[in-house]
Amino acid sequence: MTAELSFSNEIINMMYATHGNPISLCLQCGTCSGTCPAVEFMDHTPRAIIGMIRENLKEEVLASNTYWTCASCYHCTVRCPAGIDIADMMYVLKRYSIWKRSYKEGLIGPDFAEAFVKMVVNSGKSYEPILATTYLPRFTAAQLVQEALTATGLVLKGKMPLLPKKIRRLKNFQRMVKRIIPLGEAS
Amino acid sequence: MKQYAYYPGCSLESLAKDYQLSALEVSRALGLEMREIEDWNCCGATAYFPVDELLAYTLVARNLAIAEKTGLTDFVAPCSACFKNAYYTNAYLKKDPDLADHVNFALEEDNLHIAGIMNVRHLIEVILEDVGLEEIRKRIAHPLKGLRIAPYYGCQILRPRKDHEEVENPRYFEDLLSAIGAEPLEYASKTRCCGASLIITNRKAALEMVRILLKEAIDRGADVIATTCPMCNVNLQVYQSQVNREFGTEYSIPVMYFTQLMGMALGIASHRLGVAREPVPKAREAVTA
Ligand code: SF4
Ligand code: SF4
Repeated sequence: MTAELSFSNEIINMMYATHGNPISLCLQCGTCSGTCPAVEFMDHTPRAIIGMIRENLKEEVLASNTYWTCASCYHCTVRCPAGIDIADMMYVLKRYSIWKRSYKEGLIGPDFAEAFVKMVVNSGKSYEPILATTYLPRFTAAQLVQEALTATGLVLKGKMPLLPKKIRRLKNFQRMVKRIIPLGEAS
Repeated sequence: MKQYAYYPGCSLESLAKDYQLSALEVSRALGLEMREIEDWNCCGATAYFPVDELLAYTLVARNLAIAEKTGLTDFVAPCSACFKNAYYTNAYLKKDPDLADHVNFALEEDNLHIAGIMNVRHLIEVILEDVGLEEIRKRIAHPLKGLRIAPYYGCQILRPRKDHEEVENPRYFEDLLSAIGAEPLEYASKTRCCGASLIITNRKAALEMVRILLKEAIDRGADVIATTCPMCNVNLQVYQSQVNREFGTEYSIPVMYFTQLMGMALGIASHRLGVAREPVPKAREAVTA
């Protein structure tokens, strides 16, 4: 049997490309958690998630909403005394969970990220109404009414274009994407 | 007129048309020629990185490579998220030849090649550095006297830190607002996150983040919140009614792009700045007073 890479080493390897220090240097000081504007909506604080990764608590980490609740604001990153790029680590965890197809039930984030990429691969541009199809079905009736009011307001203000735009050299663009990820795998 | 390779980004074609209008008007008035690069694509905002890192870099690199072909030296983005993506992609590719090779292999399909030679800048930085406060002051036709503005920087324009610059308490936005005759407020939340795409993926969390920003601005007596990013602008403006519903508040504060405020002070007609659509009685009063 080949020795399997531990979960913490997998994450550390995936973070190799990021530009901060390895999470093994984390002091567990909690500055990141104290800074985070979204912490009260997270199952585990950023500090706790790092602790859990170091303890190899893979299932618990995959079941946590923490990184899908990260807004990528980089406030933790600029304040970490150990020079860890925590915001980038949150991206790594998102990628890991999409890769493993394992995330907490009910989250919109994974579907949204994949729908966004699919949309851009199809047209080269992003367009809000297409994205709406990924989250509107999860809304309650009251939320839908609110959303309709907001959307109508946007149309009335002339802010919403009627049709999505496309780039001109779309064929080249799609071949370019294919050299990175075989199309179909991203979707 | 100095020329720049201009990358508007997707929001400026849709939700942030008013930013596009005002950015171009103000640039023209200040003698900055923004030349939109051809056939650019979406830079991915914050949504590609969760899926595939190399793809995220490649999509941004395509725009940079198109800009490099123009022979211009500066790549200018008015959107903070586009700016951040372009800035770091450019920097990483320059530092990491292996990454650059992978990206260039893909770019071949569109006959492009990135060398990492563009100077990536946010529009506000170009205005501050290449025009300068003194010159701006000279050109102001209608100082926005008495207009109390909360300068909201947001995240991506500041963070991650690029060099050793001040990211906790920057002052350049305040300086710019003073230069156009307005009264910038001390706004402690100015670098706090607006929730960004959580407005879609975690509405509850984002509305709370927006609420905190609105509350402080209103408590401090702001007439308007000024922004440098379409994502912040939409979250703070469009979702105010949802914040009110969620928290039982009655917040109603205009949110404007810094270019709209500058444009008004420069004497550009408000409909050419996309201002006519916004509820900004106080800002108009300041101009017409
Ligand atoms: S701020 Fe840095 S060192 Fe402190 S707990 Fe967070 S990651 Fe660890
Ligand atoms: S980047 Fe994410 S984890 Fe870090 S402070 Fe911002 S929201 Fe919190």
